[in-house]
Amino acid sequence: MLAAARIVVWRELLVAMRRRSDVATALLFFVIVTSLFPLGIGAEPNKLRAIAPGVIWVAALLSSMLSLGRLFAADHADGTLEQMVLGAAPLGVTAAAKAFAHWLVSGLPLVAIAPLLALQYDLDAGLYGVLALSLLLGTPVLSLVGGIGAALTLGVRGGGVLLALLVLPLYVPVLVMGAGAVEMASAGLGGQGQLLILGAMLIVAVAFAPWATAAALRISSE
Amino acid sequence: MRWFWYASPQTFYPLAGKLAVAGGLAAAVLAVVGLYVGLLVAPTDAQQGEAYRIIFIHVPAAWMSMFIYVVMAFWAGLGLAFNTRLSGMMASALAPTGALFTFIALWTGALWGRPTWGTYWVWGDARLMSELILLFLYFGFMALHASIEDPRRADRAAALLALVGVVNIPIIYYSVKWWNTLHQGASVSLSAAPKMAATMLSGMLVMALAFWMYSVAAAMLRVRGIIRERGS
Amino acid sequence: MLEARDLECERGGKVLFRHLGFALSPGETLRIAGANGSGKTSLLRILCGLLTPSAGEVLWNGARIQSLKEEYARHVLYVGHAPAVKDELTGAENLRAACVLAGLSPSAEQTRDALARFGVPVDKPVRQLSQGQRRRAALARLSVSWKAPVWLLDEPFTALDAAAADLTRTLLGEHAQRGGSVAYSTHQDAGLRDSRVIEL
Repeated sequence: MLAAARIVVWRELLVAMRRRSDVATALLFFVIVTSLFPLGIGAEPNKLRAIAPGVIWVAALLSSMLSLGRLFAADHADGTLEQMVLGAAPLGVTAAAKAFAHWLVSGLPLVAIAPLLALQYDLDAGLYGVLALSLLLGTPVLSLVGGIGAALTLGVRGGGVLLALLVLPLYVPVLVMGAGAVEMASAGLGGQGQLLILGAMLIVAVAFAPWATAAALRISSE
Repeated sequence: MRWFWYASPQTFYPLAGKLAVAGGLAAAVLAVVGLYVGLLVAPTDAQQGEAYRIIFIHVPAAWMSMFIYVVMAFWAGLGLAFNTRLSGMMASALAPTGALFTFIALWTGALWGRPTWGTYWVWGDARLMSELILLFLYFGFMALHASIEDPRRADRAAALLALVGVVNIPIIYYSVKWWNTLHQGASVSLSAAPKMAATMLSGMLVMALAFWMYSVAAAMLRVRGIIRERGS
Repeated sequence: MLEARDLECERGGKVLFRHLGFALSPGETLRIAGANGSGKTSLLRILCGLLTPSAGEVLWNGARIQSLKEEYARHVLYVGHAPAVKDELTGAENLRAACVLAGLSPSAEQTRDALARFGVPVDKPVRQLSQGQRRRAALARLSVSWKAPVWLLDEPFTALDAAAADLTRTLLGEHAQRGGSVAYSTHQDAGLRDSRVIEL
């Protein structure tokens, strides 16, 4: 079982490394979106500082939604998905491995780059830690839960926008808690509450999302 | 034994017709009674005056929005577990009515919010947000179902989505207890004595029943349409 | 022993076949014949568990495959229409991933041998291979999957040259002799000694 999970992650990372353009696209999107807001809203420092947590979090969300389309689509097209469904390891384990690899490639880089982007917004340096931690806890949830949506919309017309519609209601609580943590911290109230809830969401997502994704993959493979 | 006989769409079709008529009549009668109580009998509220009367639409609609989702998720689960066609059809039949009540709850809530809170909408309120998420869940269900060609796969994919979303219902219900934001705390509880006048409560309950009967009628009519459309 | 009982398949509103039943014992080869669109692929997908039939069931050693899930999947090798290889990986990397996912752990030696037998370049990314080489890369799994008793192959002889077709025939024959069961679909006679033929 672990061997299967390892090989899935290994394969995903290999493919990602050899198709670096896909990975770079998601990251670039994140950077571009966060850079657009000061240009659109005006560079008044207080306003920027106030919207920074929300903007960065929304950009992370959108970037995640963008890269979700790639999660299973290629596998579905070249037949490797069928082989995973028919694999010797439980499909939930394989789905979790896919989500993990997706996070490594699309989520973790966002966590690393967020403080740099926060610089543009003149966010207080003391808040970088909370921002990074909230993204560290939240982006895996986005990958896990987004995987369910990606699996349900495989090969369906209207894919991208439909996926966004399906996944949005499930993403909103993560967004609220994530941005909320940083906002609370900036108001001097800590933000631990929101971070704990994010942690709880992560645990629930890890426990349940892979099995929902597996069920969705079976339905989509028929 | 009889339940399984009705599990076939063909045999369910005439029963659905009868239920639709019964539901429609009951809904009409109950609505008249409920509105009579709500608009004429119940006393004026000490703080909010006459504006509060929208509660007789708002609260029952909100209750229905959650109740219908749970029933829809139940049919969805049944369809996934036993691979029965009618269960999937029932879930699809319920979704638009559920979405309608969610929309009514949000709309009447906004109309009520203006005179009482001074604003139509508050982004920070946990219950408002969860109800909005519920509306998107209904839309997502209907959109997903509509996008998939094969009706069986459409039923099953939408069913899975409905089940994943069911986690939102307890969040809406308990959100006023967990987060002390704008919405008032629960005034109607199953165990404690309600904190509002008996006539107000009975008016809301009657309206809730009226909406329930309406939902049954609408769902039955819709499921008949789906059965006709899918042929077998 | 793989057994199909009273299978019915409905796709896109049309019933492709109904009341289909047969048993596949160790050592037997089943050919599924029929025109395009007759349901050959659907039948194979029902047999491996990817597709749920609208009626009937498939049993593996008496138990329903829907309840067995991975237990059954471990005993099956399915080669579908799509070659199931990733363009960005080499033949060797693809074969290794496919084997581990199927619960096998062949050595690097065995992987290279399997690919060489089929004439697939080992270290070139699949993207750079021809269509025929890609197909052969997918079939290379046959050389290392002797542990899986049931082989289900969807039109394995399509787009193969004479040498590769011969090799595939040999491997399928060897598998049946070992006591495995083979079910494959084709629209023409493939030159195998079939125990049974089903016409859809």
